Amino acid sequence: MPELGVILKLLFLVLVVMGALLPVITWVERKQSAVMQDRIGANRADILGIRLIGLLHPLADVLKLFGKEDVVPLGANRWMHLVAPVIALVPGIITLAVVPFAGVYDFGGGPISMVAADLDWGMLYVFAVGSIATYGTVIAGWSSNSNWGLLGSLRGSAQMISYEVTMGLSLVGLFMCFNSLKLQEIAQAQDATFRVFGFLEAFGWVHALPRWLSFVKLPMWGIVLQPLGFILFLTCIMAENKRPPFDVPEGESEIVAGYHMEYSGMRFGLFYTAEFLEIPVIAMIVTTLFLGGWTIPWFSTQKIIGALNGTIGVGAATGLCLILHVLSFFLKVIVMIWLQMQIRWTLPRFRYDQVMDLCWKIMLPLSLANVFVTGIVILGIERLYR
Amino acid sequence: MLAQFAGVVAILVLAFVVAAGMLIAHRLLGPSRVFDEKQEPFECGERQIVSPHQRFSVKFYVVAILFIIFDVEAVFLYPWGALFRDLGLFGLVEMASFVAVLVVGFVYVWKKGALEW
Amino acid sequence: MSTGAFLFYLFAAVAILASLGMVLNIRNTVASAMSLVVAMISLGAIYVLLEAYLVAAIQIMVYAGAIVVLFLFVVMLLNLRSDVFPVARSRLPKIFGIVLSGWGLFVFLRLLRGTLPAVSPAPEGYGGFRELGKALFTRYVLPFEATSFLLLAAIVGAVILAKRRID
Repeated sequence: MPELGVILKLLFLVLVVMGALLPVITWVERKQSAVMQDRIGANRADILGIRLIGLLHPLADVLKLFGKEDVVPLGANRWMHLVAPVIALVPGIITLAVVPFAGVYDFGGGPISMVAADLDWGMLYVFAVGSIATYGTVIAGWSSNSNWGLLGSLRGSAQMISYEVTMGLSLVGLFMCFNSLKLQEIAQAQDATFRVFGFLEAFGWVHALPRWLSFVKLPMWGIVLQPLGFILFLTCIMAENKRPPFDVPEGESEIVAGYHMEYSGMRFGLFYTAEFLEIPVIAMIVTTLFLGGWTIPWFSTQKIIGALNGTIGVGAATGLCLILHVLSFFLKVIVMIWLQMQIRWTLPRFRYDQVMDLCWKIMLPLSLANVFVTGIVILGIERLYR
Repeated sequence: MLAQFAGVVAILVLAFVVAAGMLIAHRLLGPSRVFDEKQEPFECGERQIVSPHQRFSVKFYVVAILFIIFDVEAVFLYPWGALFRDLGLFGLVEMASFVAVLVVGFVYVWKKGALEW
Repeated sequence: MSTGAFLFYLFAAVAILASLGMVLNIRNTVASAMSLVVAMISLGAIYVLLEAYLVAAIQIMVYAGAIVVLFLFVVMLLNLRSDVFPVARSRLPKIFGIVLSGWGLFVFLRLLRGTLPAVSPAPEGYGGFRELGKALFTRYVLPFEATSFLLLAAIVGAVILAKRRID
């Protein structure tokens, strides 16, 4: 029954993200800021004196949010005020449907792809869902009848739509390399290696160099093929999440709390959840596109199964491989989460004109140039090996 | 054909259930003590003097138009990128001439100062 | 009823309700624009049911995600409050609207009476980005290239219109 499989895959992913990663990330956020600012940090919440190095703080957060009142300000548009946090949260969750957290396996009943929705146009789905998230920001500030809220939502929406363009353009080079828009296919294409100096053979120069050079292999990851695309995409998608250094829509020193300033209680909780949920979602998308997804570098799926099935049988080898791939995927996701936290606590907030200049004047031209340089290089390589 | 969307539908339902569940649970559990002063929009300890519903800079409008134009361009680039290997040199020249026209427009916008904040 | 037919009627109903919400919410222009977003998204879902995946993605990305943002900005920029909402003076739109809806009703009634021609299922990958992209980038190169000039004209127009305000 295929529907059961879909539900199981979804439940696994959603439970890992919302049940495990999300609370831990709010803790990591506090702990990492404490470490970087030489403080002791989150360690006050306790149950009967048990503190668990501050791991109880997420629980305290939830209890506190439930204890607060939903205040709808005077003159606010009540329906829009209620809908805005929902629009902010939903896109982050539904992006998870197309994330491949492991590869394609055959347990005897045909290939099973470890994605909830294995769409051929998966990246277009991600872009389409992401473009809806803008409304959460616009409507939140507008509906709450607050000057600060409106300023925040204007800044936020202009920033989000600007970076959306560059985010898409920075990935075109990657689509050209992997010839696909499907996330599972992009991940599978990265389950390979290439010889770094292989092109020298085409020129006939290989004898002039030491022999071991021709054995130097790199995994065919997006970050290796598209280093500029990686930097551009990571910057854009972090700007989409509106966290520091791109948090001008909620800049505390200028506009108090920005677009969600008239929100309290669980309505604010939804914005808070959306912001923190997007961190693992971003990490998953970046991992799948640029860090090889679930693949294990230098050990392709065939290699692992081939090495193991002699001793434990094909079925067990495939199962073990699946577990290894899931572990590899989440290891990379955790590294990407750490990187985002590191950036967030290292860089100060940009000025608004700097944010817009960075997008339109630096990153947009660079991403367009990246597309055409990639195109020329791909055509050159194809000519070389023909 | 529709089976591939089972996951999308399921996660849509799940997402709305999570969002609505959080709001409803809070409505049932959270306190509610309404009085006029509390419901006022925050304004640094003052009453609101200026209505937030006022006109704002035309720059946001320009950014939105530029966004639509470059979004349409990007939408053409996604399938082109995935088809690039099949199209080859022809595709590269084709897209280069398409983008070149838009780059002219981009340079015009830049020189006119519409990107200054 | 098959799942596809059920979903079609569901999304069609949502699209019609949202369109009505857009037209009737004339006093609250932002709510009206948000109804338009819902209508656009349900149209996107109908495209998915027709297996036109690229068109569906573009529908949501460009129409729901970009053009309505511009509408929202215009609404907020002009700040159309309910009390100052301009009343249409010309009768032309009304007459035009009546003629157009009469025509729509006529077509609809004719369709109800007649029988639709039998359709053969679309070939494999018909509406996917590969087939559509191949057609767009090889057979329809000229219209595609002409689009860039259309977009260029839009850029120039936007800057000229806005510059008058900025200076």
